[in-house]
Amino acid sequence: MKSLLVILLSAIFVDNFVLSKFMGICPFLGVSKKLDSAAGMGAAVTFVMVCATLCTYPIYMLILVPMGLEYLKTIAFILIIALFVQLVEMILKKKVPSLYSALGVFLPLITTNCAVLGVTILNIDNSYNLVQSVVNSLGAGLGFTLALLIFSGVRSRVNAADVPETFKGVPATLIAASIVSVSFMGFSGMFG
Amino acid sequence: MAEKKSGLYELTKGIIKENPTLVTLLGMCPTLAVTTMASNGIGMGLATTFVLVCSNAAISLLKNVIPKAVRLPCFIVVIASFVTLIEFILKGYVPALYDSLGLFLSLITVNCIILGRAEAFASKNGVFRSILDGLGMGLGFTLSLFTMGSIREIIGTGQWMGFDLHLPVTMTMFIMPAGGFFTLGMVIAMVNKITKKKPPQEIGCANCPNAASCPTFNKGNSDKKEAAAQ
Repeated sequence: MKSLLVILLSAIFVDNFVLSKFMGICPFLGVSKKLDSAAGMGAAVTFVMVCATLCTYPIYMLILVPMGLEYLKTIAFILIIALFVQLVEMILKKKVPSLYSALGVFLPLITTNCAVLGVTILNIDNSYNLVQSVVNSLGAGLGFTLALLIFSGVRSRVNAADVPETFKGVPATLIAASIVSVSFMGFSGMFG
Repeated sequence: MAEKKSGLYELTKGIIKENPTLVTLLGMCPTLAVTTMASNGIGMGLATTFVLVCSNAAISLLKNVIPKAVRLPCFIVVIASFVTLIEFILKGYVPALYDSLGLFLSLITVNCIILGRAEAFASKNGVFRSILDGLGMGLGFTLSLFTMGSIREIIGTGQWMGFDLHLPVTMTMFIMPAGGFFTLGMVIAMVNKITKKKPPQEIGCANCPNAASCPTFNKGNSDKKEAAAQ
């Protein structure tokens, strides 16, 4: 059993969701243009990941496993996530309008963010317990935020640079992402 | 307008003209993640094609039954059911492929291409056209995954589909995550060069049909939407 700190740090750095597991590439490339929207998206994803884990884990352990329905986890989890995102959106809109105006626009995009579904399934596959799952989700969310923030900085420089016509736009962005990913390879092997 | 196009057009547009990965830039996650080997690329592509064809057919049959307000959750459930089905099939018949695709097989559920086609095409067209559209898009996806996988496998390991090519130099970098981004960038740039098309300037929300169709995203958030799309 890995200690909680190891799980947290390895989820942030070694197994970074965006740069080494390739989950959530669409928001990574789509929302990383501005620093503040990158931070907003990161916060929203982290929040939903942790809460989705808190919902899916008990449902898997208390309902699906006793009934022998483990194979339904993809359907069950995506429904829970979709439901949960709707719920969060409604609650934030009513109770915390300031937070809603900051995160609201990102919430619907999260339903189809594969990082959220990915982390909930990974927690089950790694047979983590509830606390470990939550810590792993928190780490994954923070790692996502970190990658988004770093990349939004890199991207503002890439956009200012004079790249060949064929590479303008997406190709240049992807190659910049590749270089950022190389820097994260330096963490591989750490934290066991 | 799409109604007037021939069936052949619906089938072939996905392969080159509207290739989901290289032109409309959807489904980037599996494109980058599973293409360390050409055979994985084919496997992932065909699994996605299967789900795409089935879900397109089912959704175009159900399009009059599904209420407009809750259509996205309904689509997701239909898609997730077919994903579970293909998981069983692969686990039973091709366990090696099942192991190497791993988590990404479940994540077909949230692949933008499938939800995007359901929303943009299957919910507006008949069954036959939707099946052709799904087949074309799926084959286009498979083709680009196979291309990516071949490039990465040949340069990264010096092998291709199990054959040793005896290359003098191999660059392990190409089968690492960083090589995935790099190869995709190069392939898109090359497609742009060949087609003499201006490269896509934007990626993400503007290109993501399920985001564009999601009600909250469009409603009263026009300034935010621009900020996110820029």
